[in-house]
Amino acid sequence: MSRPEISAPPQEFYNDNEAHKYTSSSRVIEIQDRLTERAVELLNFPKDDLPRLLLDVGCGSGLSGDRLTELGYSWIGMDISKSMLQVAQDRTIEGGVIQYDMGHGCPFRPGIFDGCVSISAVQWLCNADHLQQEPRKRLNTFFSQLYRCLKRGAKAVLQFYPDGAKQAELITTAALRVGFSGGLVVDYPNSTRAKKYFLVLVAGCLDGISTSSTILARFESSEADAFKSVRVDRRSKASYEGKKLSMGQRLKAHSGHKHPKGKAWILKKKQQARCRGQEISQDSKYTGRKRKDRL
Amino acid sequence: MRLLTHNLLASNVKGAKTGFPLKIHVFVQEEHETAFNKAFLLATLRKINWIAFREAADSLGVPNLPELPPDLDKCDDSMLRKYHHALMEVHVKEGYLICPDTGRRFPITKGIPNMLLNEDEVC
Repeated sequence: MSRPEISAPPQEFYNDNEAHKYTSSSRVIEIQDRLTERAVELLNFPKDDLPRLLLDVGCGSGLSGDRLTELGYSWIGMDISKSMLQVAQDRTIEGGVIQYDMGHGCPFRPGIFDGCVSISAVQWLCNADHLQQEPRKRLNTFFSQLYRCLKRGAKAVLQFYPDGAKQAELITTAALRVGFSGGLVVDYPNSTRAKKYFLVLVAGCLDGISTSSTILARFESSEADAFKSVRVDRRSKASYEGKKLSMGQRLKAHSGHKHPKGKAWILKKKQQARCRGQEISQDSKYTGRKRKDRL
Repeated sequence: MRLLTHNLLASNVKGAKTGFPLKIHVFVQEEHETAFNKAFLLATLRKINWIAFREAADSLGVPNLPELPPDLDKCDDSMLRKYHHALMEVHVKEGYLICPDTGRRFPITKGIPNMLLNEDEVC
């Protein structure tokens, strides 16, 4: 997929036409919904039903905001594209929106937001569209002012599409330099398509981090499963070697035609596909069994 | 733009000290009914800057707000509904915001405040 970041600055790329297309695409809506849900999950608020005010950076036409409203949060959004905001306003969204360039900071009073979400926006900061724009400086301004307008201990979850490992690192280090603690959460790390980067940041105190270990589960458990399956692999191979071979197997072994795709191999492949987020049928006693020879 | 949004905004033009509260100059204003949510309203009222809220409401011609922040535990529903109306239902459609420190104007068009800065105004 081509990157919109390389075609034009955001305020020009998301023009009236593009804003309308973006907001009416069911695919975009679905993706935005899912990403917003995951971002809120990563914010990991205690379940006390207190009303919370969130900042939505790069709110666009308010698709992510809609989901936030449904989940019971009030929100204020900012975006640079006038057309996107206009679409948002026409759709009568619940939150308030302002037009602003996040590379210039956050024009809010200090310490008012209980959290911040941003869906597919922060990578735009790495562009320089004017002579005076310097990505590092823009990142620094954004993060330092974001820090200021968040409550102490509040979290910010920023989902973004980095250009590569270097860009992800550039953004993460810029955030950590201004005093945030936290790091990058990668969902579905083994898949190129489903892979999603979430920068999870805590303003100020560190005790918020301990709670985030539970949320990392999605990433870690899939890794752990993959690891386990590799180990299972090795064990089954050992038991196979210890067994007495049947005549046919012996013949095969002699002629050097070992079947390359044993059950263990299939299980491993299925696990890999699961890690990529694909839907794979369950493992059972029939997995990898040979079909009956039929004439 | 609702007064709630206004109460959270602060201009960060180069040279502004706090940039708060922004003065409002209204050309067109509108009212849209929104659902009354008591828990949310109480939490919001604790958060907002009352003086800025009252000044803004004055400039929009919304009457009958007390001088000083009310004691929220003693407020009855009719009072809260009045605050709800001022905070959530009155919208500035056209006008501009003025930074109190530098006098920089931020236009509001079709209900969206444009807080964009020029590159030389960024601090």
